[in-house]
Amino acid sequence: MIVSTPEGQRIPGTAGQTVGPFFGFGLPYELGNEIAHPWSPGSIVLTGTVYQGNGDPIPDAMIEIWQADSDGTIPEVRGSLHRDKYGFTGFGRTGTSDEGRYTFWTRNPGAVDGKAPFIAVIVFSRGLPDKLHTRIYLPDDEAALAADPLLASLTPEERATLIATRAPDGGLRHDIHLQGEKETVFLAY
Amino acid sequence: MTDAPPAPESLLAAPDQATQREIVSEIEAIHAAHAKAVADGTYRGGQTLYDFPPYRSSILRHPTKNPKLVDPETIELTSPAFGQRDVAAIEADLTLQHAGEPLGERMVVRGRVLDGWGRPVRGQLVEIWQANSAGRYVHKRDQHPAPLDPNFTGAGRTITDDDGWYEFTTIKPGPYPWRNHRNAWRPAHIHFSLFGTAFTQRIVTQMYFPGDPLFALDPIYQSIPDQKDRDRLVSTYDHDLTEPEFKLGYRWDIVLSGQHRTWFEPEGEEH
Repeated sequence: MIVSTPEGQRIPGTAGQTVGPFFGFGLPYELGNEIAHPWSPGSIVLTGTVYQGNGDPIPDAMIEIWQADSDGTIPEVRGSLHRDKYGFTGFGRTGTSDEGRYTFWTRNPGAVDGKAPFIAVIVFSRGLPDKLHTRIYLPDDEAALAADPLLASLTPEERATLIATRAPDGGLRHDIHLQGEKETVFLAY
Repeated sequence: MTDAPPAPESLLAAPDQATQREIVSEIEAIHAAHAKAVADGTYRGGQTLYDFPPYRSSILRHPTKNPKLVDPETIELTSPAFGQRDVAAIEADLTLQHAGEPLGERMVVRGRVLDGWGRPVRGQLVEIWQANSAGRYVHKRDQHPAPLDPNFTGAGRTITDDDGWYEFTTIKPGPYPWRNHRNAWRPAHIHFSLFGTAFTQRIVTQMYFPGDPLFALDPIYQSIPDQKDRDRLVSTYDHDLTEPEFKLGYRWDIVLSGQHRTWFEPEGEEH
């Protein structure tokens, strides 16, 4: 449709739809999951599996992340689609593998405004009628986590679905459950 | 037997293979319940229903708990930056990506990207992907026995201009069969992916063509229960945009409201 509402008046948003099964040739792109150049100073691996309600992994989901750099600054540089293998744009995108796994090379986000650092996440999938927002919090600063208003409003089980696990190699592990006992907490703004 | 996950192709067919009539009656029942909840003032969801069983693969993939209403933090109120370094001008013309001309009905789709106050969303990324004119996707898991077109891939990108305009030249996609139920066909559509000025405004959706006879039968289009919301996904034929002897013109504007404050508010809580 053509929107003819004058500027300054509230207009209804366009509704979202499923990403469907065949986004693979349209959305993922080369180096999309390498927000930080692999093995560069400060780079870490963030990885996990996306599950559906019966516990099966989802091989046709897509994860996007958007985050601050390790010093807490929010990237304003372009080039997420054409990586220069040096700069940090803060945005990454990847499809899940046949085993339902997503993997990013990124950096630990620093605290923004003194709050608990987290990575903003959007989940898309075949079978998911619209996008889902969630967060991946870093597990390290317990005082900051305790002060976070969203986490404070959750049960311990819900809270656990939003906080990553620190791996021995310094990376982050974090599974996402679209449904089921361990269902991830999703967000509305 | 091993514990290896099943081949993804096998997941694309719903196990029960209901009839089209059964799917439509499920859709009608859900829409009627939704209309009643809206009329009663008890509906707390968004424009698209996550729990929508007529779309069979959603049954195990929709969250069963209400989303948590949060105040967005700084990172969520900003958005990744994209620019001409990211996208070449030719990526907006899907008919020029190969040595030859693709088959099908050449068309242009042009529109504005606006925020919830009607202000243009400038310099942001718009991505599209679609089937070819025969209804076949360039995807290894598409099993529709329609021909691939060696001169058409079906993916494009552009950046909105200073007034929020985008424009793509492409080939009108064909409808295609899928395995949600028996004799299931998707109305012709182009997938759109957009970024706004905040990450919360991110949207992936589908643009349809006016007057498609498959609308009433399609559980994906119908996963949006309000007719007015569905109408907003349908492009408008625009003869002024049509170029003589060359291509047909469609207009489609997109509004990134990022406004979901009506969602699932806990009872008695004010927002």
